[in-house]
Amino acid sequence: MNDDQRKKYWHTNLKYLGFLLVIWFMCSYGAGIIWADQLNEIRWGGFKLGFWFAQQGSIYVFVLLIYVYVRLMNHLDKKFDVHD
Amino acid sequence: MEVQTWTFIIVGITFAIYVGIAILSRASSTSEFYVAGKGVHPITNGMATAADWMSAASFLSMAGLISFMGYQGAQYLMGWTGGYVLLALLLAPYLRKFGKYTVPDFIGERYYSQTARLVAVICALFISFTYVVGQMKGVGVAFSAFLGIELKWGVIIGSSIVFFYAVLGGMKGITYTQVAQYCVLIFAYLVPAIYISVLMVDNPIPQIGLGGTLEDGTYLLDKLDKVLTDLGFAEYTTSHRGKMDLFFVTAALMLGTAGLPHVIVRFFTVPKVSDARRSAGWALLFIAILYTTAPAIGAFARTNLIQTVNDKEYTSLPTWFGEWEQTGLLAFEDMNGDGIVQYYNDQNPTFAPIAEQRGWKGSELKVDRDIMVLANPSIANLPNWVVALVVAGGLAAALSTAAGLLLVISTSISHDLLKKWLRPQISDKGELKAARIAIAVAVVISGYAGINPPGFVAQVVAFAFGLAAASFFPAILMGIFSKRMNMQGAVSGMIVGLVFTASYIFYFKYGGGTPDQYWFGISPEGVGTLGMIFNFVVALIVSAVTPAPPTEIQTLVEKIRIPRG
Repeated sequence: MNDDQRKKYWHTNLKYLGFLLVIWFMCSYGAGIIWADQLNEIRWGGFKLGFWFAQQGSIYVFVLLIYVYVRLMNHLDKKFDVHD
Repeated sequence: MEVQTWTFIIVGITFAIYVGIAILSRASSTSEFYVAGKGVHPITNGMATAADWMSAASFLSMAGLISFMGYQGAQYLMGWTGGYVLLALLLAPYLRKFGKYTVPDFIGERYYSQTARLVAVICALFISFTYVVGQMKGVGVAFSAFLGIELKWGVIIGSSIVFFYAVLGGMKGITYTQVAQYCVLIFAYLVPAIYISVLMVDNPIPQIGLGGTLEDGTYLLDKLDKVLTDLGFAEYTTSHRGKMDLFFVTAALMLGTAGLPHVIVRFFTVPKVSDARRSAGWALLFIAILYTTAPAIGAFARTNLIQTVNDKEYTSLPTWFGEWEQTGLLAFEDMNGDGIVQYYNDQNPTFAPIAEQRGWKGSELKVDRDIMVLANPSIANLPNWVVALVVAGGLAAALSTAAGLLLVISTSISHDLLKKWLRPQISDKGELKAARIAIAVAVVISGYAGINPPGFVAQVVAFAFGLAAASFFPAILMGIFSKRMNMQGAVSGMIVGLVFTASYIFYFKYGGGTPDQYWFGISPEGVGTLGMIFNFVVALIVSAVTPAPPTEIQTLVEKIRIPRG
């Protein structure tokens, strides 16, 4: 792997990280804390939406985010032939 | 059969399983003792990590805490799960590629300095020690409350079991017992939760049942909001305190989770870098099963308790009430002498006139938060063996966490202090022997401290998470993501983060500080986040004005960023 490829690999990784961490932040700190009061006006069955994000939804999103990252990186590792 | 007989049987069986696993998985080299020979399957490691992570507090206290905090309880739910995203994305795969045994090892090598290593060792020891004492005490409490055994003997029995499998098998033994402990604790947590969910909202999945309807057709959460406000409490589902502190506490718990050495080392045990990422996903999934059930238990138990007990004649209460009164976790004091239980918020000044008008003279029910999990089975009329199962689950949670922490303590001493500093020429056999002695001594000391807990241990959550967030998390993160970060920057950052966080916590917990003096309204539980920010700022400034790290270190960073090569 030459320097150029190394850089490309790392930049793609950073791009994935940025993208996923924005979602991570928006679902937990955003929907669960900052906008919780506004979201509570919206109902989802027996849940107020802000409350649901704070006590349930954010956790589901966390699990999902890791799985997405695993898939993206496994693909990227193969593409650059650095998989172990 | 009696609850106590069942408890002896079930706890006895689980302990026998742990001992059996210990005999089957003895360690024969330092690699096996420290990182289970790097041969743990990612799903197995995920399960072990979940048990390692979920302590007696997660198992016994969290649902109860949430049931009294309502919406605000989200700080624990998000805070103790969100950190796994950071671990999986930012730390675990790179640390696995680095391929050494401990967190101080990474800090020491990456920052080419024994000072950095020593600072890291001290942090690791302090964090792990405060944490393990709480677990030991939890073991003793479980034994004394349910088996009629003195707290001291409870701790001694519990620590002998840990002693056995930790000394024999090190990480290898700990890993496989943790898998068994996860199975015990998750089963014990879900069975009563499912029963009580069916009982309350007629839905076997607690996560969905939380949004379900009660017999009278109203939504459970709406009903709970109304019942609570009628009794002078704040609404369950909405926030009624400043968001700033909630934000900082959640962040400190997340960053602390990602920086706790006993969690990080679990990712050193899988064979490959890609396994480290995958394993973090599995770990969070296994944790999420409990963490999404807990808020359901919290809401069910609070509603159920109020409906069953409040405004009822004491003599007509179900038999479990009397049974739990005997444990001291539940208490009724008839302040106005009318023989009826009045439970309300007697701290709320705007509600006081209403209470007075009704002839109430103070809330007559005292509820310990731990009862929300412990009493669930009896409240839901479940058979005695389910109660016994919950006790075994609590013990499994406490023991699995204690073992993981003890391993960090022992490796910090035998690997980082002895092998990498004081006695570099020590053989693998000698190091293994030292590790075994260190873990044995650590078990004894923490057992003793569990019986006679030092004062600071009560605040363990604030300390352990705050310090991990302010020291390890930034140091490791910059070690991977910044090639320019050097020894001077990292060490000064860690020291500033640590000293600031520790003094803030110390001042407000023991130094007489009062909540109105909080900076920006941040409580000691959340100050680790601020400590982390200071760490980053100081590290970046200092490293910018001091020389770049040597070329071989920059090559090392290049190397850990890529899974192979």
